[in-house]
Amino acid sequence: MLYELTAHALHEKLKNREITAVELAESVYARIDAVESHVKGYLTLTKDLALEQASHADAGFQKGDEMPPLAGIPIAIKDVICTKGVRTTCGSKILENFVPPYNATVMTKLHTQGVVMVGKTNMDEFAMGSSTENSAYQITHNPWNLDTIPGGSSGGSAAVVSADTAICSLGSDTGGSIRQPAALCGVVGMKPTYGRVSRYGLVAFASSLDQIGPFTKDVTDCALLLNAICGSDAMDATSVDVPVPDFTQSLINDVSGLKIGVPKEYFTPALDTEIADSIQRAIAVLEGLGATVEEISLPHTEYAIATYYIIAPAEASANLARYDGVRYGYRNADPEDLITMYKKTRSEGFGEEVKRRIMLGTFALSAGYQDAYYKKAQKARTLIKSDFDAAFEKVDVIATPTSPTPAFKIGERTADPLQMYLSDVMTTPASHAGLPGISLPCGFVKSGLPVGLQLLGAPFAEDKVLRVAYTFEQNTEHHRQKPQIQTNGAV
Amino acid sequence: MATITTEGVRHVANLARLEFNDEETEHFTEQLARILEYIGKLNELETDDVPPTSHIHPHQVFIMGSQEGAAHVAKPDVVKPSYPREEVLVNAPEPEEGYFGVPRVVDRDS
Repeated sequence: MLYELTAHALHEKLKNREITAVELAESVYARIDAVESHVKGYLTLTKDLALEQASHADAGFQKGDEMPPLAGIPIAIKDVICTKGVRTTCGSKILENFVPPYNATVMTKLHTQGVVMVGKTNMDEFAMGSSTENSAYQITHNPWNLDTIPGGSSGGSAAVVSADTAICSLGSDTGGSIRQPAALCGVVGMKPTYGRVSRYGLVAFASSLDQIGPFTKDVTDCALLLNAICGSDAMDATSVDVPVPDFTQSLINDVSGLKIGVPKEYFTPALDTEIADSIQRAIAVLEGLGATVEEISLPHTEYAIATYYIIAPAEASANLARYDGVRYGYRNADPEDLITMYKKTRSEGFGEEVKRRIMLGTFALSAGYQDAYYKKAQKARTLIKSDFDAAFEKVDVIATPTSPTPAFKIGERTADPLQMYLSDVMTTPASHAGLPGISLPCGFVKSGLPVGLQLLGAPFAEDKVLRVAYTFEQNTEHHRQKPQIQTNGAV
Repeated sequence: MATITTEGVRHVANLARLEFNDEETEHFTEQLARILEYIGKLNELETDDVPPTSHIHPHQVFIMGSQEGAAHVAKPDVVKPSYPREEVLVNAPEPEEGYFGVPRVVDRDS
């Protein structure tokens, strides 16, 4: 079936005129009809627009034009990325009817390639969460076991690629929101270096950490999507003006001569033993293929979560001040005065986790507490970053588990916010240091749920991360496994 | 590090322009206290001589007039059209005569 294939395989078929982009889009929507009611990965489907975009791509292929690698490829977009004329909710009631008047820079870049947008995907409200259960709209189910969560906050974007209801997707990663759901849903997910991708049009959560990145079915597609979205942008002063290489040049099936560091601090008693075994096997595979493996130490790893839950909420409390019911979004129906309007609008429009983080962040920035919390966390961030700087003096790539556990049951951690926060223990350290990181499938636990291997590189060393990931993938079969989802009718 | 009381939660809620009933206030006090207790872990770290990190690319500081870093990048000052007023107002909850309408903040008679 066409919907099962990768973007690079589909590009060959489109180029050779074996298939049309319209047929491909129809195939993806037929798959959506069959399984989306079980997975619930999408908040909005844009079929009419998608078919129009597909016809447009077909016209180019029919003329025999040299078409970009993503032309005609069905892609899903996390609902935190502004799409001109298409509702963008951030998984929040406060933006239920928000229709952006402009495109995020990544959307402009994707449209230049001629992609076909399938729809907007579910997420934790304002990207705050690790399970997608904080969406104001629906629970997304992990395609590998519908009773479990897909991870978060980009749970919808991970689930739709896993369920073959999109060929690839975009998500955003602040403390692990691409890598963790990619691991739990058995797909490839990558957070590029902070500053690689423009954040213009990405609804802000924590501005010093947020980064857009791809979910794909393999590492080759990941490189193609990076090629499409990376690059500095005058509209985002934090995008960095460094040359963007052709990432497909990093798809080299050879790791000989590369040094892989394995940080001992990630292998704690809190790590699921089946996951630990799976990661050790994956590292042995890389060693067998010629990489040098050595144990390293990142001594401040255990402080990453505490640091994250000061810095991210502090930045969020400032960023989310804009939701005041004045210029866009929900407004309380009948406020007696302006201040009451702000308070009622925000209290009715935000969900519980968002309020919790605004409170935490406002507290950490409030008079008398700023030095003890926010400044302290920024100093801890320096220590965490220094650990990585020292490690990358010695090794090329760092290998760790992406998540300490496989996908957990829906509802299992919602009562205890701190327990949910600890889901991010393996991904937040690299976020503090702004590093590029990928999660790719490296095995399964006995219950059948996928395990993700996280590979981290020095800033702007996506090339080495991709090379190790590609080599692992070319020599293993985990990424070829597909979940068996109950379907509605025959597809 | 201090913990947080219900009084503190009410104060912070006001700063954040949020409001909670008594039950919610209790609930948030309990949860925030527990999270802050965990965050207290940072006190184990000796940080007197550690500089803070607010941004991971210190060699690229784009803030105009900043004394940090080497590169000061400012956009050329070119006048360009902005978004049309009607497009901007399309998402406004209560647009009024081309403006964002809000509850009255100034008394008409005063």
